[in-house]
Amino acid sequence: MDLSLLALSPPGWGGVLLAGLFSSLQLAVGGYLLGLIIGIGGASGKLYGGPIVRDLLEIYTTLVRAIPELVLILLLYYAGTDLVNQLTALLGLPSVDISGLAAGIFVIGVVQGAYSTEVLRGAIKAIPAGQIEAARAYGMSPFMTLRRITLPAMLPYAVPGLSNLWLIATKDTALLAVVGFSELTLVTRQAAGTTKHYLTFFLAAGVLYLAVTLVSNIAIGAIERRARRGMVREA
Amino acid sequence: MSDTAQAIEVRDLHKRFGPLEVLKGVSLTAKQGDVIAIIGGSGSGKSTLLRCINMLELPSAGSVTVHGETIEMKTDGHGGLIPSNRRQVQRIRTRLGMVFQSFNLWQHMTVLQNVIEVPVHVLKQPRDEAIAVAETLLKRVGLYEKRDAYPAFMSGGQQQRAAIARALAIQPLVMLFDEPTSALDPELVGEVLSVIGDLAREKRTMILVTHEMKFARQVASHVVFLHGGVIEEQGPPQAIFEDPKSERLKKFISSIH
Repeated sequence: MDLSLLALSPPGWGGVLLAGLFSSLQLAVGGYLLGLIIGIGGASGKLYGGPIVRDLLEIYTTLVRAIPELVLILLLYYAGTDLVNQLTALLGLPSVDISGLAAGIFVIGVVQGAYSTEVLRGAIKAIPAGQIEAARAYGMSPFMTLRRITLPAMLPYAVPGLSNLWLIATKDTALLAVVGFSELTLVTRQAAGTTKHYLTFFLAAGVLYLAVTLVSNIAIGAIERRARRGMVREA
Repeated sequence: MSDTAQAIEVRDLHKRFGPLEVLKGVSLTAKQGDVIAIIGGSGSGKSTLLRCINMLELPSAGSVTVHGETIEMKTDGHGGLIPSNRRQVQRIRTRLGMVFQSFNLWQHMTVLQNVIEVPVHVLKQPRDEAIAVAETLLKRVGLYEKRDAYPAFMSGGQQQRAAIARALAIQPLVMLFDEPTSALDPELVGEVLSVIGDLAREKRTMILVTHEMKFARQVASHVVFLHGGVIEEQGPPQAIFEDPKSERLKKFISSIH
């Protein structure tokens, strides 16, 4: 193995890999946060919404969870950008160039949102009913109840599921390689193909993904301790 | 609204759960300074009555008036009522300090955070003022040392005393107690009753649903015996406990001694 190939400056490819990693992380963070927002809305809608809202959300979560992510990514990426351009053409506007990052965040966010919806719905249902009843009894509005009581109270139940989703998000970014987005997997393939040092580069990429997971685990541990601060530790 | 207004006036309250009619027309008035104890067997509708006062349960018919202000209701189209003005209900709820059977302290907050939550976030009081008030109240219920503890790490009696401090922190017009000692281990009942007893002695208006007959007799100014969704008998505690008129109340009192 020729480690000089991984040097940060050319002819080494290290800098390129790190740039790819940075793109991957931007995608993951953006997509995950968008997914969380969709998830909070989706879970609230499923639990407290009217019949139409609930049906629509059910269709969304079922479809997204039923279709392979790769298919969804291709579909949303190409169909999504196409739709935006048709829309702008219809309005007589020049076609816009949608950035790969924005499209990628949208795609991952939509996929993650379906899973987040279910994780958060389950977590909210796990909150003892009295917690929310007390909020109502003391005159909190529904929105304040959500913000001050429901969301923090469901967090300990949601953290394991949400942590899983975060780790999945970091790896789902690799699927964006199929649409030509220069994230870590795509640049790794380019580096390996150019130099023919496949083992070196794919191992390096593997180490980078592993590092992301290890750092994430430390953060997740801290978040989980914080979320569970009011809970008696179970044996 | 004058100071002489009735604190709470419940008029001809009905509550149906499907085919089951739990309250069949109950009227109740609490004047300032009244301590009303609601007693009755399980299923008599006493908790439902209390929970209708702050609209945690929506009555099927009838009206609730708090400090001269009647809660505006409209029909929901299914033979029940819903509040027509949600903000009014929210505002009125901030005047009613509810204490639950199972405490219902917010688990992700410390005792102090629980007590200042409503004053700071709902009543928009300055945080440092709310903390000062909360600390005084926690001293009063004997929990000052526990102010930074989380509820799950405290005994039931301590949690219920913290819940009482939370209710007092909103400077309520009326305190509503929903079987405050029913979920407690027997040896913890006394500490909670002594706090409630102190509140009664300082002439706080309160409505108390309870199974503690001895306690009801000591602190109540008025006792209401509910049976099968109607008020079977009511009066001063002495009359209720020593000279019950109805057969059902006689039976109820003899069954608990």
